[in-house]
Amino acid sequence: MTGGFTAPQIDWAALAPILIVLGAGVIGVLVEAFVPRGPRRTVQLALALVATAGAVVALAALWDGVTQDGGTVVLGGSVILDGPSLLLQGLVAVLTLLSLLVVADRTATGEDAFAPSAAAVPGSDYEQLARRQGVVQTEVYPLILFAAGGMMIFTAAGDLLTMFVALEVLSLPLYLLSGMARRRRLLSQEAAMKYFLLGAFSSALFLFGVALLYGFAGSVRLDAIAEATATVVGLDPLLLAGAVMVLVGLLFKVGAVPFHSWTPDVYQGAPTPITGFMAACTKVAAFGALLRVVYVVVPSIHWDLRPVLWAIVLLTMAVGTVVALVQTDMKRILAYSAVAHTGFILTGVVALEKSGIGSVIFYLTAYGAATVGAFAIVTLVREKAADGVVLGEATHLSQWAGLGRRNPWLAVAFSLFLLSFAGIPLTAGFIGKFAVFSSAIEGDATPLAVAGVVASAVAVFFYVRIIVLMFFTDAPRSGEPAGTPAGPAAVTGAGDTGAAGVTVVRSEGLTTVTIVVTAALTVLLGVFPAPVLDVLTGEVTRFVP
Amino acid sequence: MLSADFPWLTTLIVVPLVGAAIVWALPSSARRWVRHVAVGVALLELLLAVAAASTFDTADAGTHQLGELRGWIPQIGASYAVGVDGVGLLLILLSVVLTPLVLLAAWREQAGDVDRLRHYVALILVLETFMVAVFAARDVFLFYVLFEAMLIPVYFLIGQFGGQQRRYAAVKFLLYSLAGGLIMLVAVIALYLQGDGGPQGFLIENLVGLDLPVWTERLMFLAFFLAFAIKAPMWPVHTWLPDAAETAPAGTSTLLVAVLDKVGTFGMLTLCLPLFPNASRWAAPVIIVLAVISILYGALLAIGQQDLLRMIAYTSVSHFGFIVLGIFAFTSTSIAGSSFYMFNHGLSTGALFLLAGFLVTRRGSQLIADFGGLQKVAPVLAGTFLVAGLSALSLPGLSTFVSEFLVLIGTFARSQPAAVVAVLGVVLAAIYVLLTYQRIFTGPVRDELVRTPDLSARETWVVAPLIALMLVLGFYPTPALDLVREPATVTLEQVGVSDPEATVSTAARAVGADAAATGTSSGTTSDDEGSTT
Repeated sequence: MTGGFTAPQIDWAALAPILIVLGAGVIGVLVEAFVPRGPRRTVQLALALVATAGAVVALAALWDGVTQDGGTVVLGGSVILDGPSLLLQGLVAVLTLLSLLVVADRTATGEDAFAPSAAAVPGSDYEQLARRQGVVQTEVYPLILFAAGGMMIFTAAGDLLTMFVALEVLSLPLYLLSGMARRRRLLSQEAAMKYFLLGAFSSALFLFGVALLYGFAGSVRLDAIAEATATVVGLDPLLLAGAVMVLVGLLFKVGAVPFHSWTPDVYQGAPTPITGFMAACTKVAAFGALLRVVYVVVPSIHWDLRPVLWAIVLLTMAVGTVVALVQTDMKRILAYSAVAHTGFILTGVVALEKSGIGSVIFYLTAYGAATVGAFAIVTLVREKAADGVVLGEATHLSQWAGLGRRNPWLAVAFSLFLLSFAGIPLTAGFIGKFAVFSSAIEGDATPLAVAGVVASAVAVFFYVRIIVLMFFTDAPRSGEPAGTPAGPAAVTGAGDTGAAGVTVVRSEGLTTVTIVVTAALTVLLGVFPAPVLDVLTGEVTRFVP
Repeated sequence: MLSADFPWLTTLIVVPLVGAAIVWALPSSARRWVRHVAVGVALLELLLAVAAASTFDTADAGTHQLGELRGWIPQIGASYAVGVDGVGLLLILLSVVLTPLVLLAAWREQAGDVDRLRHYVALILVLETFMVAVFAARDVFLFYVLFEAMLIPVYFLIGQFGGQQRRYAAVKFLLYSLAGGLIMLVAVIALYLQGDGGPQGFLIENLVGLDLPVWTERLMFLAFFLAFAIKAPMWPVHTWLPDAAETAPAGTSTLLVAVLDKVGTFGMLTLCLPLFPNASRWAAPVIIVLAVISILYGALLAIGQQDLLRMIAYTSVSHFGFIVLGIFAFTSTSIAGSSFYMFNHGLSTGALFLLAGFLVTRRGSQLIADFGGLQKVAPVLAGTFLVAGLSALSLPGLSTFVSEFLVLIGTFARSQPAAVVAVLGVVLAAIYVLLTYQRIFTGPVRDELVRTPDLSARETWVVAPLIALMLVLGFYPTPALDLVREPATVTLEQVGVSDPEATVSTAARAVGADAAATGTSSGTTSDDEGSTT
């Protein structure tokens, strides 16, 4: 009756972290349907926080087993439980938790960063009505959980099909979330559209690559493909084309040049808490998957791919830093800086050294903490209309002038994140850079390390420029227009943005927690990185094929 | 009895940091006292440093003492390793002597805005931590981290408290230094990979004497040297210094030029030479030429400056030329001279910058042309400025003379042309010092300056210790020379060069009994140069 089908043995405990997050996402959808509007937000937030924290606990419980047996294969090879996947999943869960706090914070204005009704046409009466009634879009929380669940699978996928499914699971909620900004809604929707179209395109490429690799190896499992590559003599067009297309799909997600063009627009258009979440967690997940593909499949063909990969790394660093130099919008600067950082991290990936895995994970931790923290601060710096109504974020650079005089602690924290991005010693970013460049030099990629160092030196300029603005420049007097707002005409919820002053809104406390935690991480990982590096350089950070 | 086992250096590193934290944490009701707290901490630090120095065995100044070694980031081979030889100790003493004076000099700065002053003195204390630590670091990674991280407090000191062009100057300073530092970072990593690795792979003692491939060594040397040359600063990468010195508050310039820039020459001496001996010998001729150019270029531009602080900055470029010249002349006399020069230059330039700061506060202008005839209304200010200036031109009887003379005779033994051309720098120094003194202090009193007050008691206390030290060490330099002689010999052995013998004995005769012991070092070869002199 059941034919030849045998149900696979499933080690549910090993899947617990992923199941907790995705399960909570499903419950979140039910909460939307059944919990009354009043307590809904609280329930959703609590559920999301418990789920991400629970995932971290579950991962910690699995850790001992992995350190002892070196990792296991679950679901017949679809999901792999090894050191890197556990670490990256943990990182995704922690960063999601920190991002959720920023997402949930309504600040002193009582409004969160999301449109009251994302489906409403911007500027329509319906939108006005939804806003007046104080409608809150709490679907945000399950969407984030779904994305986080997808990211966790992405880092642990053992075959290319699972990887593709995970890619879609993480991407679709992000497309939606990008379009839900409360202010500048057209910009936000444009960003979502761009992200979706380009993302769909890269997904298609990825899938096509998977098909070609299946044609080559007769399997979509990474270990089977790796095994098949070992026997190839000369150039196999299927293998090469397939590998390149899969890599392109992944490089799109990490935002490497020339597949980066979505980054600045999406980072700028998306609601800022989502930008922070996306910038940190997507990068972690995508680099996790990229590491696995590169370290498992590519080694035997890396001589063929080396010129292409090197060119991409160099281009990414160069374009990211040079274009960031001329940006005037804070979110776009951070976006291009993200592109540059992709280049730095890639030096550790293409090094193809065992130490590269640990280096990249450390870099991602340092970068993720600073990114979530930096975007959390961006959510608090707001424009203020002449009548005292607080508007959207003041993202134009000139609006940040003098912040250090008025809000020293906030400015100090932001400077700390910038210095970490810049790779100044005694911040986590420096140890990260040191680690990936060391791996690159170890892996005979010294030119990449030199280029990375030069790019870092150039990048310092635009980070430092922001510090100069915040601390050494006097603020424009209040009431005066603070520079011209960048970008297309802003569609805000509260009407006119002209003649806006700048103010820092008080957080409800949640964002403050995130900023304090990420700042502490940035300093601690910079001064005492030994315990973390101890784990990352150990035997456990190797991939189980 | 003070014990050498006490972690003196760590204490010296931590105390100012704690002081800075206290200054920042003072409740607003107690902020009137920030200056007192800061100066108190700095004086405590000075006492501790003197105590540490008293446990230092001068007879064995060539080996690193007061050492501490703890694992820091064993995974990448970095350790927390500190220790000082005579040169390191001398520079730490210089740092802790100057810091309280700079804090005292800033007493009335920032227009009495105590809140701003609080940040200023706290940053100075943070900087003191880094200064002490960087001269004590015995681990390449630790040194690098401190070398880069100390830029941040200076950056804020210039950018937040400086004059008109402070933003430009601060960013230029940071970018120049970081660019050099990041290039050095590649060499730091490469050096580790060339070494034995392991959890203590960055310890300097584990990296000295490696057998490096020729060009690897040369490239690494160049990367290190570039970073140090920018820091020192040498021609042609000196351009950040005049801008920074012109706009920074005088106290910041004092620490910047008198101590921080020494990290550059200190790095050449304690890292470049021992780690890359072959490459150092290979590059020495070119570096000597660059050093001589620095000496003359700095002196000539100093003569032409209209801004008092820029003038002092350029004199420093010239003096750093002497220091680098002495280091790369590879004689024990010249290296000992350079080491001592680093200390003396700190005293002399420190005094000049602090006095210039007092002048600028009084006049509200940095232009030399805005002054005139001050000697009649402010004789003490004029006298102290004259002594500080004379030390800059190395007048016999002041400590700078001893060191400059040692550098010149040491260099003469190695390369007569370099020494002869460098001597022109001394002549030019007389011109820029005396010309500046003449313009500011002599002639008829300008009407605006008639009411200029003379040095107050506080200000006198700021410069008096420096002048006293210069005079004492000018007549009796033995204590300082004892500290630098042995390290110079050790360095020379590490580079694998020996003294031209006959010349050194000439040198010894010239300097007198104190320097005679310098000449007793391991001279084994006697080349033609020696016999001709």
